[in-house]
This record gives sequence, C-alpha cells and structure tokens, in this order.
Amino acid sequence: MQELDGQLRDGVDIETVKTVKSVGEQYKYGFVTDIEMEFTPKGISEDIVRLISKKNDEPSWMTEWRLAAYRRWVKLEEPSWAMIDHPPINYQELYYYAKPDSMNTKPKSLDEVDPKLLETYQKLGIPLQEQMQLAEVEPDDTLEQNTMSKKVAVDAVFDSVSLGTTFRKSLAEAGVIFCSITEAIITYPDLVKKYLGSVVPTSDNYFATLNSAVFSAGSFVYIPKGVKCPMELSTYFRINAENTGQFERTLIIADEGSSVSYLEGCTAPMRDENQLHAAVVELVILEDAEIKYSTVQNWYPGDEDGKGGIYNFVTKRADCRGDRSKVMWTQVETGSAITWKYPSCILRGDNSQGEFYSIAITNNMQQADTGTKMIHLGKATKSRIVSKGISAGKAQNTYRGLVSIHPKSRDSRNFTQCDSLLIGDTCGAHTVPYIEVKNNSSRVEHEATTSKVDEDQLFYCRQRGVGEEEAVALVVNGFCKEVLQALPMEFAMEAQKLVAISLEGSVG
Amino acid sequence: MLAIKDLCVRLEDEKKEILKGVNLTIKPGEVHAVMGPNGSGKSTMSYVLSGKSGYEVTAGSVALKGTNILEMEPEQRAALGLFLAFQYPIEIPGVGNMTFLRTALNSQRKFRNESELNAAEFLKLVRDQAKLLNIDTEMLKRPVNVGFSGGEKKRNEILQMAMLEPSMCVLDETDSGLDVDAMKIVAKGVNGLRNRNRSFLVITHYQRLLNHIVPDVVHIMADGKIIRSGTAELALEVETNGYANFKEIA
Repeated sequence: MQELDGQLRDGVDIETVKTVKSVGEQYKYGFVTDIEMEFTPKGISEDIVRLISKKNDEPSWMTEWRLAAYRRWVKLEEPSWAMIDHPPINYQELYYYAKPDSMNTKPKSLDEVDPKLLETYQKLGIPLQEQMQLAEVEPDDTLEQNTMSKKVAVDAVFDSVSLGTTFRKSLAEAGVIFCSITEAIITYPDLVKKYLGSVVPTSDNYFATLNSAVFSAGSFVYIPKGVKCPMELSTYFRINAENTGQFERTLIIADEGSSVSYLEGCTAPMRDENQLHAAVVELVILEDAEIKYSTVQNWYPGDEDGKGGIYNFVTKRADCRGDRSKVMWTQVETGSAITWKYPSCILRGDNSQGEFYSIAITNNMQQADTGTKMIHLGKATKSRIVSKGISAGKAQNTYRGLVSIHPKSRDSRNFTQCDSLLIGDTCGAHTVPYIEVKNNSSRVEHEATTSKVDEDQLFYCRQRGVGEEEAVALVVNGFCKEVLQALPMEFAMEAQKLVAISLEGSVG
Repeated sequence: MLAIKDLCVRLEDEKKEILKGVNLTIKPGEVHAVMGPNGSGKSTMSYVLSGKSGYEVTAGSVALKGTNILEMEPEQRAALGLFLAFQYPIEIPGVGNMTFLRTALNSQRKFRNESELNAAEFLKLVRDQAKLLNIDTEMLKRPVNVGFSGGEKKRNEILQMAMLEPSMCVLDETDSGLDVDAMKIVAKGVNGLRNRNRSFLVITHYQRLLNHIVPDVVHIMADGKIIRSGTAELALEVETNGYANFKEIA
C-alpha cells in the first residue's frame, strides 16, 4: 500500500524504485551459517592477546611477538589521510576471535569437519573435494570454448579458524607447504620466525600492528628452490559471526627459482552493523622466483543507504629480495563498505619486477581508497601499474599510488595507467599519484583518464538487443579488460560476472 | 511491416521541431530509399525509429508489424526485428567483436523465448556470414569497431545485420565514407539479405548506392517531411537536378 501511495504521490515508477531497492539484495553471499560459536570476550587487551595466542596453541615467542605489537598499537592513532569517511570504530566492542564449537577437537582432515561448515563453502561454490575442478572457460575473443580440468588447492578460513586445506598429499610430494599460518607457527617455526613480519613489520601501520597482535588463521605457503607449484593455491575467507572482526595473516615464500599462483576470495553475510577486516599479507620472493597473487574481494558492501558492510583495512606487500624476482598483484575489489588497501612491491633485487593490476568498483555508498606502492631499490627494476576505478551511485573511488625510485636504482622504469569511469552524476573518482625519482637514468610514465559511461555506446548495444544493465556491464568489462586478462583464466569469467552484479541498479 | 503516421518529433533540449508529419508505409519484402539534403531529418527518423533518447515525439505513431513501438525500449524494438545500421558505428574498447555479437544475438533470442546459441553453433554461424562479407577472423577478434577503417566498420554493421536476422533494416547513410569497391561489397551483403519477409529503409544522400541496392520506392525528404515518392527513376532525377527543384515544389 505504501508503495502504491508512493507511486500516486510522486509519480515514481515503481519498477525503478524496486530495482534500486533490490541492489542490496543482489549480494548472493549474504546468508548466515547458523552454528554454535566460541568467542573470546569482547574487546582487546593484553589478556585477550594472550588468550588468542593460547587458543592457537602458540609457543611463547609468538605470544611475546603479539604482545609487543599490541603495546605499540595502543600508542598509535588511526590514520586519517585516506579519502574515506566513517563513524569511529569502537575497538572494544568487537570480538577478535570466533571459532565454531565443532572445531574444538581438531579435525584430522576435511572429511571430519562439521557438514554445516562444509555446506557453507558448497553454497559459495568453493570446491573442497579433491577432484578436478571443472571450470568452463571461454577465452573472450576466440570463443573456442573448452572445458579445462584444473586442480586448485583450497584453504577454507571461517571467521578465526582454518577448516583445513586440500591436496596436502600431492603438494607435499612436490615439497610445497600449504597450510594455515596457525599450523605453520607450530610445525615450521624456523621458517615463520625468519620471515613473519620481515616484509610488513609489526610497527608498519595502525591496522597492520593491530593485526600482528590479534591475527588468527590465514595461509602459509612455502615453495622450495626451483619448484613450480603444481597447482593453483587459493584461500577463501568467510566472515560469519556477528560483531566479529577477521584478522588473518598470510605469508608466502617463493624460494630461488620457484613460482606459484595464489588466489584469495572473500565473502560475508549481510548484516546491519559494520564489521572490521584487517589483514596482512606478506610475500617474500627470492632470486629468479615469481609470485602471482590475485584477489577477488567481495565482502558484503552494505545496503543502498550505506548501512552495514565490511570495513576492509588491509596491508599487502611483496618483497622482491632476489635478483630477477617478479611479483604480480591482481585485484578485483567489488565488495566492502570501505576498502583501504595498497598492495605494494619492494623491488630490492636488481632487475626485479613488480606489477599491479586493479579493478575497484564502488556502487551506492561504497568508498574505496586503493592503489599501490612501487619502491625501486635495485638496479634496472621495472614496475607497471594498471588501475581501473569504476564509480556508480553515490560512491567515492580514489586511486592512491606511490612510485619511488631511489638513487641507486639506476635505469629503472615505471609505467602507470590510471583510468576512472563514472556512471551517473552523483559519484566521484579521484586520482592521487605520488612520484619520486632520485636519479637521472630512470624513466617514469603516468597516464590517467576519467570518463563517463558513454550514452552512444549504451545505445549502440541496446539497438542490437542488449538490455540496459547488460550493456553497462559489457562496456565496463571492456574498460577493465586489461586487468581481467591478468587474472588466472578460470577466475576471469567469475570476475566478469561479478562486475555485472556489482553494477546492477546503477542505471535507469 | 512498418507504418509511420504523421510523425512529429522535436529535440528534447532545444524544442526544435525536426520531423513535421512524416508518413511512410513499407510492406514486407520492400526496399524503400529516403533521399534528401543535409538537415532534412533523415537521420533523426532513424534514431526515433530505434528509440534513441533525446527526442520527443509530439504527434503520430510508428507501428512495426502492427505493434506500436514508440513506448518500447531500444532493446525491445531490436528483439521485435528492428535493426539500424549506424552512419557512424560506435567503438567499444575492450569488448571483442565476437563477444558483442554473441551477447546481442543471445539477448534477442532470450527475449523471444528462444534457446541461446552455444559457442560452437555461434562460431559456425559467424564464420559463414563473415566469409560472405570478406571479413577475416582477425577482425572478429578485435574490439568492436576500434581501429576499424571506414569500410570495415560498415561491413561490420552488415555482418551484425546478417547475424541478427532482423525483419526491418534501417540503413543510415551506409554509403558515406566508402570507396566504390567497399560500397559494392556492402551492397552485395545487403542484397544477399533481401527476401520477401525482410524490408529495408535505405537512407542516403546520393543516388550511387541505389545503383547497387535497387529500391522499390524512393522518397524525397525535405524540411522534416516526405515531399515526393516515386520509383527508382526519382533517384536519377535527384542526381541530375539536385534537391533544389523539389524544395521549390514543396
């Protein structure tokens, strides 16, 4: 009745109103898994930090490491330089650790995990069975449709615990370690001690320091010398519990001459309150090694009025320590109420290379302040940045990037391309590049464009029979093409669909 | 097939009247040509038929196969069988020509409750059609119209037309920017699509295209109205005398 009144009073097209209203409902992963959970008490203190360490059965050196971070954190202030706006976060109102009761007796394998938890991942479309993942792949331009059989090993993280990882045996045969960080601290303490915090130190920034104090779960990967990881590795993060933050920590080490491709995905239920996600990812890349790290971030973005959604404050950094080492970050950021994230590359080794490919889509009230830092230290290092920001609704989308070429980093090069696309006239796009070049033999190129979705392009598509929303998705996917191509093939299709879903309701 | 009655149209922004009572009826299988000088309203007519925004219909009606289409969205008109070959085909960076074609074709099929073509069926169809228009597979893989030459763009329009199998084809100055050889290829493509169920509305400045696509009826448009209609001979008259004479009659 109310709706009818609305129509009569304002002459508003009911269909339009419904379309807009349904945007929040388009989020497909908003369900809640109803299970008994065990929490640490609300809030954060030294005792909570100790308790988390104890729950993870950690050795004392780890507890001390956490405590040192916590003591530093209490003295820090939340950074305010990003172009984002949110009410203050009350850190004492959060739960820092949540674990399904059924995980109290550690399952020996995924077969023993509570079926309800496994069902969650099934609903999300994540394969936890050790079978060939059948991905229907359609290379865009050739249309030679082929069904590729590909193995993907998965680490399933649910709130603060890892349920388990798949393909352990075949990975172990290749010498690859792929387990939760919690398990690695106990089983591979030497590797963890050597590398944890060596890329993102506990003192790095407010959110990284907080993470160092309270982290739980996240993946640990070690690829030994000369080994090409025989399959894709991936981690799926799921926040489920209410009022709970997720603070995972991922550490990947690619030893000399090795290579690995890793993908992470993230989803969360639709809830009215905001939830905090503050993760740290550290990549260590030694001589001639290569890591390809892809993210499809689809945390709950909040509803069309900006109610609820994840606050995503993440620190990701790769250290190209060895000569000729290489890292490639690819991110598709479609979710979260707030995204604050700058996956960075320290190009320490001579001839090392860093690449950053990013798609950040903000719709409704979403805010994203994201980009990268390329720190050129070694000689003849190369970096490439391709960023595509898309804004719709009342969203704000900022690219923030630093390219810094140090005096000794002679003959280095950077290429940056930053494109922004606006849909409608109530959203904003901002580009904030910082460039420092401290020698005269290096070269930096920066290109930036801002455009609106072209009415003529949409009309052309629609005249050919393509509906308006699909036309927008088609044009936007074209705009993002370079980045989508950088994703592993089997995820590119998924990301394309995600682009379309994220923009539903943005026109008309 | 198409019945335009007393169509009056003005620009939404400027309130300037462009079409001032156009009447035109095209039967199934017929080819009609509309000729006229710059600014006579020819292109506006093609945009209004296909539902482009920015135009306000102040009077009259347009029926396609007996259905009033003026209230329909552009994509609904397309699914009903209306196709516009653009004077200036639009570039869509990053979207492969094949992807675009397949998306369009399957959108229309879906709209008409027909099953979507799978990749193999589509691929065979597009390759066969491309061959007829001298379009090589390389061009099919490139982004839609990006970096295409004038001739390639127009051939691409005809390829889309062949793939989508519309019943009412509107060609908006398809000959503009084409050399004689390219025009012959395009005309051959169009002629190959002529049949007794498919109608064409060919908009052009010049008679030369009509040597290759021979119309059943020729209309002369000036100042937002059709001022004269006749056989193909009428086009020759324009060629010899220009439009000035007709305007005086009007």
